[in-house]
Amino acid sequence: MKKFTKLTSAVVPLNIENIDTDQIIPARFLKATTREGFGENLFRDWRYENDQQPKADFVLNDPTYSGQILVAGKNFGCGSSREHAAWAIQDAGFDVVISSFFADIFKGNALNNGLLPIQVSEEFLAQIFKAVENNPKATLEVDLENQAVTISETATKETFEINPYKKSCLINGYDDIDFILAQKELIEEFEQSK
Amino acid sequence: MPKTLVEKIWDAHVVKSEEGFPDILYIDTHLIHEVTSPQAFDGLRKRGLPVLRPKQTVATADHNVPTLNQLLPIKEELSRYQVDMLTKNCAEFGIELYGLGHPFQGIVHVIGPELGITLPGKTMVCGDSHTSTHGAFGAIAFGIGTSQVEQVFATQCLLQSKPKTMKIEVNGKLGKGVGAKDIILYIISQISAAGGTGYFIEYAGTAIEALSMEARMTICNMSIEMGARGGLIAPDQTTFDYIKGREFAPTGEAWDKALAYWQTLYSDLDAKFDSVLTFDAADIAPMITYGTNPGMGMGIQEHIPSTQAQPEKEKLSYQKALDYMGFDDDASLIGKTVDYVFIGSCTNSRIEDLREVAEFVKDKRKADNVTVWIVPGSKQVEQQAKNEGLDKIFEAAGFQLREPGCSACLGMNEDKIPAGKYCVSTSNRNFEGRQGQNARTLLASPLTAAAAAVTGKITDVREFLVEN
Repeated sequence: MKKFTKLTSAVVPLNIENIDTDQIIPARFLKATTREGFGENLFRDWRYENDQQPKADFVLNDPTYSGQILVAGKNFGCGSSREHAAWAIQDAGFDVVISSFFADIFKGNALNNGLLPIQVSEEFLAQIFKAVENNPKATLEVDLENQAVTISETATKETFEINPYKKSCLINGYDDIDFILAQKELIEEFEQSK
Repeated sequence: MPKTLVEKIWDAHVVKSEEGFPDILYIDTHLIHEVTSPQAFDGLRKRGLPVLRPKQTVATADHNVPTLNQLLPIKEELSRYQVDMLTKNCAEFGIELYGLGHPFQGIVHVIGPELGITLPGKTMVCGDSHTSTHGAFGAIAFGIGTSQVEQVFATQCLLQSKPKTMKIEVNGKLGKGVGAKDIILYIISQISAAGGTGYFIEYAGTAIEALSMEARMTICNMSIEMGARGGLIAPDQTTFDYIKGREFAPTGEAWDKALAYWQTLYSDLDAKFDSVLTFDAADIAPMITYGTNPGMGMGIQEHIPSTQAQPEKEKLSYQKALDYMGFDDDASLIGKTVDYVFIGSCTNSRIEDLREVAEFVKDKRKADNVTVWIVPGSKQVEQQAKNEGLDKIFEAAGFQLREPGCSACLGMNEDKIPAGKYCVSTSNRNFEGRQGQNARTLLASPLTAAAAAVTGKITDVREFLVEN
């Protein structure tokens, strides 16, 4: 899994609440047999017209915004458990998603894939949107070790919570598989004891 | 310290348990199919890892396969590619595949038990929520996501927190025309589609003990429909008799040793469950669902509960469900015309289900307004049905016996119920669009489905049965 420690980046703001995984990646794109390539269909129906023309007013089609941090309204990732949602966001180049609340399953899937979901307060989320509105190139500094997000321009900072095991997985670039494989001797001992 | 059955099996499979971390749980058997495995294989390739224990992994093609002319190339391109990919992946990673054309092919949760792969005391997983079926043998069996499929491929283990335990007792004698499907639909209607969330359920009581293995599988299969992680039943003589002599069941000395262990697999008398529920078998009637989640079920003679009787915040979604189904408050479903009858799925496609339907329809014929599909759970079930002459009975009744697969349970292949049509289905989910866009599903037992096929209407099967 990809390591994550620190990131300073501009953000892509998506100030919409209750974004469900069907919006993130519509069901008709789930027949694929690889994890790659879902990024091109990320937010497919918000991003493209029926005739495949990009919708100019959607933020992902606006060259003003760029960066590896997606910032969205509360209850991000609700609905279907499809892991394809996390794959699509990551495949589109994002390493961090910030919201004031994440749906449980999306959060787990994101963490299992090295995509960092950061839950911030409603107030801080509003400050991020404000900063980007004032300056589309405004950057955020994400520091996982110290569990903090800072709006660079104003130096406004907020800390966030993360499960200590999952935090160490991200910092070390470990996922559950690496974690269990590190115990391979124990697994073999267990098998022999049976 | 007294332990529940779940705790006994769980504790026997913990590779490592550490404060602040989930347990590392050893998985004895990993079942896979074509839809949720390709990305997991892809992950292994990226890591340069093998499948750690390919001999403990078994594959079949079921979700996306046609149920007619299975030996011809699959017409739909994406489905064909997905099935071909499974074949290629299994060859590359050394996994036994019971694919199309193999005499063991079938629905993953039907073939595990019938091949003697599913055994008491095992831990079993599959990238499918109905993996709980295998719990009928006294195994810990549950569904997992694709990242976890990869995790089990790579390590034969899963990081899992120990679940809470619930005991559901059903005591007494079932009435005529009432079977396992009615028991589980009744329980879900009583505790709701979310009533088991966070729990592993142990089913017990005299009514459960009296059930065959096929019937126990039907019960455990639908544990997930009340939100539970899994469901299981303590193994007993019925279990041991079912397993003995099956393809991969232990034999000789290994059998004796296994049996001695299996006989220790029960919840200790004073073991503590986090929750206990008790039901009386005599209260259960043939069941039918009227809404769009499996908790919306009722006795077939009852009337649909009114919207007004629902809790305030649930009224809107309740009304939406009835609108989708085209049903009114307080209506009776008896006599309601049906268009399709689907007898199949991992819930009710085993030989006992087919025998029960054949016995009922012998010398009867389906109503003209109904299309009837019988989709056996496996090639072995299909062959057995033919050996017993059930195919002739179905043919004479106008029922179409198809080839094995998940079929119209989820309509991922071409077996779809058309928009607006009513289908009495022995499957497990009546969600909007589950059997086809805008299709309307009524979940019921094989016997109730057979009665609907014969009359062309929702029918109380007890009208046909004489008291023994």
